[in-house]
Amino acid sequence: MSDEAREAVGDYRFGFHDPENATIRFDKGLSEQVVRDISALKDEPEWMTEIRVKAYHHFMERKMPDWGNCGELNNIDFDNVTYFLRSSDATEKDWDDVPDDIKNTFDRLGIPEAEQKWLGGVTAQYESEAVYHSIREDLEEQGVLFLDMDSGLKEHPDIVKKFFGSVVPHTDNKFAALNTAVWSGGSFIYVPKGVHVEMPVQAYFRINAKNMGQFERTLIIADEGSSIHYVEGCTAPTYSTDSLHSAVVELIAMKDAKIRYSTIQNWSANVYNLVTKRGVAHENATVEWVDGNIGSKLTMKYPAVLLKGAGAHAEVISVAYAGAGQHQDAGAKVHHLAPNTTSNILSKSISKNGGRSSYRGMLQVTPKSHGCRSKIVCDALMLDTDSRSDTYPTMEIGNASADLEHEASVSKVSGDQLFYLMSRGFSEEEAMGLIVNGFFEPFTRELPMEYAVELNKLLELEMEGSIG
Amino acid sequence: MAMGDEILRVENLHVSVDETPILNGMSLTINRGEIHVIMGRNGAGKSTLASVIMGHPAYEITEGSIQYMGTNIEEMSVFERARAGMFLSFQYPAVIPGVQVGTFLKKSVQSVRDEPVKGREFRKELNAAMQTLEMQKSVLSRYVNDGFSGGEKKRLEILQMLLLKPTLALLDETDSGLDIDALRIVAKGINSVAPEAGCLIITHYQRLLDHVQPHFVHVMIDGAIVESGGPELALKLEEQGYDWLEAPKEA
Repeated sequence: MSDEAREAVGDYRFGFHDPENATIRFDKGLSEQVVRDISALKDEPEWMTEIRVKAYHHFMERKMPDWGNCGELNNIDFDNVTYFLRSSDATEKDWDDVPDDIKNTFDRLGIPEAEQKWLGGVTAQYESEAVYHSIREDLEEQGVLFLDMDSGLKEHPDIVKKFFGSVVPHTDNKFAALNTAVWSGGSFIYVPKGVHVEMPVQAYFRINAKNMGQFERTLIIADEGSSIHYVEGCTAPTYSTDSLHSAVVELIAMKDAKIRYSTIQNWSANVYNLVTKRGVAHENATVEWVDGNIGSKLTMKYPAVLLKGAGAHAEVISVAYAGAGQHQDAGAKVHHLAPNTTSNILSKSISKNGGRSSYRGMLQVTPKSHGCRSKIVCDALMLDTDSRSDTYPTMEIGNASADLEHEASVSKVSGDQLFYLMSRGFSEEEAMGLIVNGFFEPFTRELPMEYAVELNKLLELEMEGSIG
Repeated sequence: MAMGDEILRVENLHVSVDETPILNGMSLTINRGEIHVIMGRNGAGKSTLASVIMGHPAYEITEGSIQYMGTNIEEMSVFERARAGMFLSFQYPAVIPGVQVGTFLKKSVQSVRDEPVKGREFRKELNAAMQTLEMQKSVLSRYVNDGFSGGEKKRLEILQMLLLKPTLALLDETDSGLDIDALRIVAKGINSVAPEAGCLIITHYQRLLDHVQPHFVHVMIDGAIVESGGPELALKLEEQGYDWLEAPKEA
């Protein structure tokens, strides 16, 4: 990492980059031709090409969003982004067949080890496409489909055609349009009726090249009475120029199904992370977003749930950590569109060294939705006086029977806490690390243990060298 | 007590907070194996003395010195003092939300000990200490002092003292708000640490001294010791209060 880069983004554990050996790399910039070329390269059906082109034109005409930290978005130079980069000519099923340089990256990130120990399946995406993919045999035998999105489209075009864009249409917002136009990679999952996937399945996203745009597209369908836990992690090398990550995730939980989607986003501090995540919960179904935002320059992400069926439940638990030069603009959107639907939103954020974290939430209850319940809790912790924390809750309540609770708190680390911990032998940095881990604990305990341990370590590292 | 077993020497200590003087020429020497008790009215500077010995950054030493094990510790930070064997049982222990007691204790013990703390041995040690203090195991999965009653907090303080095995134990009103049983248990904890350490107990009440036998009792008024004696002094204070110790207003 160059000194310049280090100065720009600070210390970042995953900031290394490996030599770039692209087999196909598009010129920077976006045009209808680029969109058509991506589609042609992937040998896609005509209908997908048409969706892409339509989305491209919508993207060009569409204004920047007005929900979020929108001023900052104007700093994105869409002409200086590489929209497609292929690093490997195949998605391998055997780890040994993955090209050495890419394998090297994922080895350093500890991915194959994790798979052996505790995962039901893994997809590893490098730049635009998946380079490695595997699923446990027993899941495959039960009819569970877990593929990278490109293979999903090839092998199950009927399912993809039915659900693609059904939850997040390309007209949703400018970045959903961009993703629909140039999407590549991501995960495709279908869980058949009544099947419970006991071990989490994981996708790992890595950006390696400079000025890269990663636009994965994920579609998860849990059929009636089924359940799945999907986990994703993201990192990128540290460059002094910016990269763009703009994903779209669509979840469909049919009657009585349950989907939990956990994210630990640890992009380096030069990545714009602009993601549209939305799930639909049908009758008595549950959609849960467990969303951790530690890295990136700017994150704008508001995992959403449409509670469409009676008795459906939404859970959004998120943490955000904003250090120097970072803005985490995150939150949740829950739409109660049916009677007796319930939701829980817990947001915890930490700002440090001038970082800014915002909770931006939307809660809607439609007039016909009787007997809905929702609880929102937002806690912010400020580690110094240079930092900033805001809460922007929006509520549209159309039914008087709704039972709503909203709590918000902003706290500072107290001198009493520090003195107490230091009197027990902890250095000031260790004491801060302990307080921060404790603050995030309601989130951490929702994660698979391996992730929880990793996250705690990560936060302790963030505290190192941070005390002036 | 042999010479050279001196643990703490406070000499002519003057301390201010925000330029308000609180300690005015405080002197005190504690040797290994000695239990010292400081009594005095609220505002006499007792808690300040304990905090300043532990290194609280809000207090400024304007004159005098604190020596621990023969070294002036003015430049040592709070955690360095802890690692050197100093311990303060807080009158109002801080709440650390989300941090489990078990994790906290292990990390704390590890931070003051040089050799690695092994999980199995630590659990043994912990079980023994908790048995001495008649504590439930369930406390280990609760968050540090979060939702604890006054008595539970004080018991956790003493548990930490037993595990950290301090050379100098400062106990700031550890007996306040305890019922008879809790008082007996806390005293048991103090007595088990005291023979190998120097102890400074700050208290308002004589009743703790039914269970802990002090060697010296000091009375503090306006930031300095005005009277010292043996255990009988505590009994006298209980009966007569502090008025007799105060300088007559008109000379």
